[in-house]
Parts: sequence; structure tokens; C-alpha cells
Amino acid sequence: MKKEIINVSRRDFLITTGKAGAGMSLGFYLSGCRENISNEAPTSLMAAATEKLAQVPEVNAWVVIQPDDTVIIRIARSEMGQGTLTGLAQMVAEELECDWSKVTTEYPTPGQNIARDNVWRDFATGGSFGIRGSHQYVRKGGAVARHMLLEAAAEQWGVEMAECKVANSVITHVPSGRTITYGNVAAAAAELFPPEQIELKDPKDWQLIGKPVHRLDTDDKLNGKQIFAADLTLPDMLNASIKACPVFGGKLKTFDETKVSNMPGVRKVVAVHDDAVAVVADTWWQAKKALDALPITWSKGPNTNVNSASIDKMLDEGLTSKENVFVGNQIGDVSKALEGAAKVVEATYRYPFQNHATMEPMNATALWTKDKCEVWCPTQNGTASLHAAADAAGLPVSQCDVYKIHLGGGFGRRGAFQDYVKQVVAIAKQLPGIPVKLLWTREEDMAHGHYHPITKCKMRGGLDDKGNLTGLHVRISGQSILAAVNPGWMTNGADMFTFQGMLPKGDHSISYTVPNLLVDHAMRNPPVPPGFWRGVNINQNAIYMESFIDELAHAAGKDPLTFRQKLMVKHPEGLAVLNAVAEQAGWGKPAEKGVYRGLSVCKAFASHIAACAEVSVNEKGKLKIHRIVAATDPGYAVNPQQIEAQVEGSFVYGLSALLYGECTIKDGAVEQSNFHDYGSMRINEMPKVEVIVMPSGGFWGGVGEPTIAVAAPAVLNAIFAATGKRIRHFPLQGTNLLAS
Amino acid sequence: MIKLNVNGTVHTLDIDNDIPLLWVLREQLGLTGTKYSCGIGNCGSCTVHINGEAVRACVIPVSSLDSSKQIVTIEALSEDNRHPLQQAWKKLDVPQCGYCQSGMLMSAAALLNKIPRPSDEDIDANITNICRCGTFNRVRQGIHLAADINKRGRT
Repeated sequence: MKKEIINVSRRDFLITTGKAGAGMSLGFYLSGCRENISNEAPTSLMAAATEKLAQVPEVNAWVVIQPDDTVIIRIARSEMGQGTLTGLAQMVAEELECDWSKVTTEYPTPGQNIARDNVWRDFATGGSFGIRGSHQYVRKGGAVARHMLLEAAAEQWGVEMAECKVANSVITHVPSGRTITYGNVAAAAAELFPPEQIELKDPKDWQLIGKPVHRLDTDDKLNGKQIFAADLTLPDMLNASIKACPVFGGKLKTFDETKVSNMPGVRKVVAVHDDAVAVVADTWWQAKKALDALPITWSKGPNTNVNSASIDKMLDEGLTSKENVFVGNQIGDVSKALEGAAKVVEATYRYPFQNHATMEPMNATALWTKDKCEVWCPTQNGTASLHAAADAAGLPVSQCDVYKIHLGGGFGRRGAFQDYVKQVVAIAKQLPGIPVKLLWTREEDMAHGHYHPITKCKMRGGLDDKGNLTGLHVRISGQSILAAVNPGWMTNGADMFTFQGMLPKGDHSISYTVPNLLVDHAMRNPPVPPGFWRGVNINQNAIYMESFIDELAHAAGKDPLTFRQKLMVKHPEGLAVLNAVAEQAGWGKPAEKGVYRGLSVCKAFASHIAACAEVSVNEKGKLKIHRIVAATDPGYAVNPQQIEAQVEGSFVYGLSALLYGECTIKDGAVEQSNFHDYGSMRINEMPKVEVIVMPSGGFWGGVGEPTIAVAAPAVLNAIFAATGKRIRHFPLQGTNLLAS
Repeated sequence: MIKLNVNGTVHTLDIDNDIPLLWVLREQLGLTGTKYSCGIGNCGSCTVHINGEAVRACVIPVSSLDSSKQIVTIEALSEDNRHPLQQAWKKLDVPQCGYCQSGMLMSAAALLNKIPRPSDEDIDANITNICRCGTFNRVRQGIHLAADINKRGRT
């Protein structure tokens, strides 16, 4: 990529001349990015924040510069740990040429975004899209602001703008050597029109993009000052605890509030929609205690006979069915290839329902009056939260707003699903003028997830007499996320997301060249709500594909690395990351005694990733994961040390899923209720992770999710190398890893 | 009436005996740095110190406490963000979402009090907190770095 010349819309200026409104300031104040916030005096702090902001006009929608040279960069995407806040700020600051040590950030509100004709564009934060989906327009925002600041300085000095340059927020008039800082010209710059065109830097000239700078949001996470939505306190706020019918599709029948209305602190017991009941009390603990004591009856609905075994049966039928089957990728004639194969290998895999289990349970706070509804919440999609709030409030969107707060984990749970927002508004609507905070218990969170979809996969591969792969049929049977969540995104009834990692082209294309290939999906939708989940379908699809490629290599009597390399000749970026991990891990050289290696590679969210795991399995069948070497090529690497953090973290999320992640269904409800029966990896199980970040340039790939896909298959292939046993059902918990 | 000594201040509170310490800290004293996540003493997000020991505040009824027990929360880990663990955490950019990190830091601080230079095995045995973002390797590095900072500080 060279320099990009970007047209600047006049609209960007015209709609940005208004000063930030109080609602916006409120959102900023609560975002906790900028101030040392205490919960004790929100009103006065709110007022202070409003006053402060009102005095400083923005240069443009992305940039506010205060007289003391503090640079406030506005971030539309949500920070949930993945580092997007820092990465996006780096991109604006790169073009702005400001002093990075004086950069802070704040969230605009989705309501302001709509009022200003979507000036900040997309608020959705998922699909590893934060940076790769906004890299161009945020850099443009920085570049336009720089231009206006330089122009303002030139005007002030009465010199040509071309004679001025800027570095680190200091503008210099080169011929005279005069200098002035951004803070001193920001007010004048705010009055100027933006340029009609702006040039973005050539990536080779980047100084801040690509640098492993520290995160901007760490300090308050070290001393308890970071306010998460679950921590929010507003004046006169009440607290709510909620229980929805544990059986999917069930409804609330009755509750006897007289049994709890005299309990300490209880203010009100309310039905929420048609399937839940909440107790509202002075404190959350009082609300929870009263809810536990509240007699409730449910109409359990049509799903009480649904259980894990019946779902399994449904999926089994799909493995060979011709009904409701969609094709994701087709090359040549796979039936013929399998018929003519010297050897056919067949295996069936199964991947379970899994909960996101964000550390911060679902929650939101709402204040409803007949004219206005405001919501404070952790959300991966502020705009979706706003629409959910307006819907539940019975008010136009223009009379509602949402104040985003850093998330205590998202993982896909807080984007498409705004159930907790709708609930809190429904509760607040029954207590007009009083802010209400709704916080789910962990048990509620486990019972009412939007679960990682369940699928099975039957793989059939044909080898010729030389051990070459001649044909591959991948039959996926199971749940479609889009059918449940976003039918509008489906393609002629097909859910193309189901085929992540196996598609002919795009961000999730297959990494191998197979002469005869059929990937199809028998859509089978059990009545358990599925959802996007960190990585989602690439997670199980990479397990299916990468385990089975290992099975084929074994059947062909070939080394798993060379078998893959041969199929990847036309996939040079994928091959490069695979070779990188093989080399660094020492593939082909002996490992420590008792330690075995496994490989995996794939393309996900437009990035190329590979992993090599080293494991041992002792005589009792106990697994130890010693070391993982991981490589990622995201095209451009904005902050290499944060990419490393995401890669390391992806192994925790991916391996927790592999080791422990399963929600089983009994009588139409999830059986697991908390971390004691829905386990998550701890530090003692964490392997050493060596991260190779190898950006090859020319494209933008994601980093928050891709590596999850290679975590499990690398370990599974290493377990096979160690034991000779191929594991095809997950999670591993409860499985005897030794050959039976 | 229950008397609690939290971060060096004695509070006299008119509250039910069965309230877990976590909710007294969060809702009565406004100390929201200590987090709720599981409520069953499993995940460690609510870890605080009682007389220097790491405990899970979500399963400790206040009735088991009195003002002789010194309770310390994340807000009082240091006065100035200069606790060796906070320095190490900052240097290594340990937190991701940060929700579990108060508990992680308090668990690590109790470990360093007990074992000034913990081995990897000591860390494995003592840090049992859940982190879903996956900060474990930086947590481990951070504890070792804090032990180094501590040592340098003393010599």
C-alpha cells in the first residue's frame, strides 16, 4: 500500500461544528477513561465534566485538543480487553502527529452518532473488526485535524501553510523557526473548514503504528478505580436481581410478592416481559435475597423434553441427510474421487454448546421517564443497545441514549444480544424517574447465554496409492447462528458463517488445495439460543479440519508438516506461518523425553495463524501442555505487544473451551450453573506461549479471535502424537486420553 | 451493629449478619474495586486480604468478622500505584478487560507477603483466580518482576 488520497466530505465539518452536548459529556464522564472517577459524587463530577468539555470545541469528530495540549481521541468501538482503544488511538495519532504522551480517549455515545449523521460510523465491536474495519477513516480523522491545526497556525502567523511542519504537537514555521503547540491553535482550527482532500501516510513512514506502545487504559485497572457497568452508582439508584424461566421458550406464570415485600430494602417486585421476574431493592444483595425467597411458577413451554441426547440424535440424522442441506464450498466431484480412492478415511467429530462466561456478569442501568430513556451498559454494540433501549422504552431513538462503559469481557455475548438492556429498561419503566441497576447472578448468566452453537461433523477423505489427498467431503450438521440471530444475513437460506475456515475465498477461506471438495451443512436448529462467540464457527471448524488433516497424514504414512505443506503450495501466507511455528518449535528434531508435538494452521478474520503445541500425557492419562509456538500474520501490526497479548489470551479462551467448555441440556434447560461445573483454565494449566508476529503488509486482518482456532487442534494433534488416541468429542474433561 | 476495619478505618454498620463481606464493601462502603463474578468463592475476582491472607469476600459472612480483623481491599494496595505488583503490572501491560485484576493483584500480593521470591510452582499453587481474557503468562511474569523490584528496593 502506498499513500492514499482520501476525499473529505463537507458533511464531516458541517455536522461537527456543534459543541459537545451534556449527554455526551455524561457518557464521557462515565466511560472512566479520562478522570479519576469515584462513585461517591457523580452529579458534581458530571457537571464538572460537562463544563470542561463545553469549553473546548472539537477540531473534528475524532479529535479534541485542550489548551494544555491534552489530546482527546474519540473511540467508537468498545474496549473489552482486546486493546482496540489503544490501537485506534495510535492510528488517529499517527496522522495527527501529536504528542502520544498526552493522548487520552473517550467514547462518543451512539445517540450522538445518530444525531450527527453517523459521523463515527460503526460502533459494533466484533468479528475482530475494530481496527481492520475502521483503519482508513480514523486515520483520515487524524490527518484532517492535523491539516486544520497547521492551517490555523499559518493563518495566525500570516505565513504559507506549506512552510509549516509539525511533530509531537509542536508546529514550526520552518523559515523563521517560530513554534506553537496544538493546544494554542485548537480553538482557531475548530472554526476552519476541513480540506477537500487529504493524503494518508505511506505505511513505510508510520512511526506510531507498528510500535509496541503501552495500553492507555491500564492505570485504573490496577487500583480499583476503573468503573465497570456493574460498579456504577447513580444518585438514588435502586438495584434489581432477575430470574427468567430456566427452560428455553418458557414463560413466567405467577409470583407471590407478598412473601418478600416486607423483606429489608425491597421496593418492588416486577414482571419483566413475559418470561422473567425481578426484585428491586435498595441494595443488590437485598434484591437477590428476596428473589431467592420469592415463590415463582413457570409455564415451561414446549421444550421440557429437550435434552443433550435428543439434540445429539437430531444432529446425527443431519450427518447423512439430504434435507435442508446447504453447500459452502464445492470443487470437482467428491463422490467420484472417494469411489476411486485407494484409501478412504472417515471420522465424526462433535463440538458442544458453550457459555461465554464473561467475568463481569450481564448488567445494565437505566433511567426512564415518559420523555427520555438513558442506559449505562457494557456493550459491544452501542447502536444495538440504543435501539434495544428505545424499543423497550417505547420512545423514539432520538429521546434515548446509551453511555458505554468498559466491558468486563465481551467475547460476543454483548453485541447482537441486548437482552439485559431490554430487561433493565422494562424494569425502569415501572419505576419512572428512578435509576435502576440490573445485575445478573452468575447462575442467571449460565442459564441464559447465547451459546456457542452445537455441531457435529462427518469427514470423509480419499487418498491415492501415493498418499495424496484426492477428495474431501466435510458434512457439518447442526446449529446456525444467523437463523436465530440475524436471518437477514443469510444467503438463500444458507448460513455462510457456518463454513468459516472452509470457504472458497474471503476472510475465512480454506488453507488447502483439494482437487475434489464438498463442504456442506445440514442445518439442524435445536431450541437452545446460539450466538456469536469469540471466534465462533472457526473454532470447531479448525478442530474438524486440522484434526482430520492429521488423520489423513497418519493414514498416508506422512509427516503432518510435509503433508500440509504439499496442500498449501497455493496458500503462501498460510504456509509461511506454518513453517515459522514448525521451525521455531523444532519440528523434526526430538522434543524432550515424553513430550510430543502437534500442528495446526488456518485463516480466520483475514489473518493467517498457526500453532505448534508440545504436550505430554502421563501414565494416568493426565495432560500437560508445556509450550505453544504461535505465529500470526495480520497484514499490518498496529501494536505488536498487544497482538502478543491477544494471542496469549486466545490460548486461554480456546484451551479452556477444549478442556472444560460444555453446557449440557436437561429438560430444556442448561445444567451448568457456575464456574464449579463450567470450568475455566487456571494459571497452573497455562503453557509457555511464544508468539511470532509476522505482518506481511498489504491487507488488514483481525487479532482478537483468530488464534483461538489453532489452539485446540494443535493440542489435540499433539495428544494423538503422544498417545495414538484421536479425540473427537469435546471437551476433554472426563475423557480418558490413553488408548483404550 | 457490626464493626469492620477496612483499609485502616473502623466502620460501624447496621446491617444483617449474613451479608457477604463483598457486598458490604461494594454497597455499604462504595469500594467497588472488589468484584462480583461467581458468588461461590470459586473465581477469585473478589479477593481481599484479612490480616494479610488472601480470602474470597463473596463467601465470608460479615458475622464472622470484627474490628480486630484488618481487611485490605485493592483500593489500599498502595497509596500511589507504586506497589511492586502495580509497577510490574503497568510495565508488562498485564490487564486486558481488567475485571479479574483486582482479585489477581490481591492474590499475588498475599503470595509475595508469604513467599517473597515465589517459584513457578508457588505461583501455580497460590494463584487460582480465573481470567477469561487470558492474562496468565503476564501475571506470572508480573509476580516475578514484582519480586525483583521488591528485592532491589530492599538492597
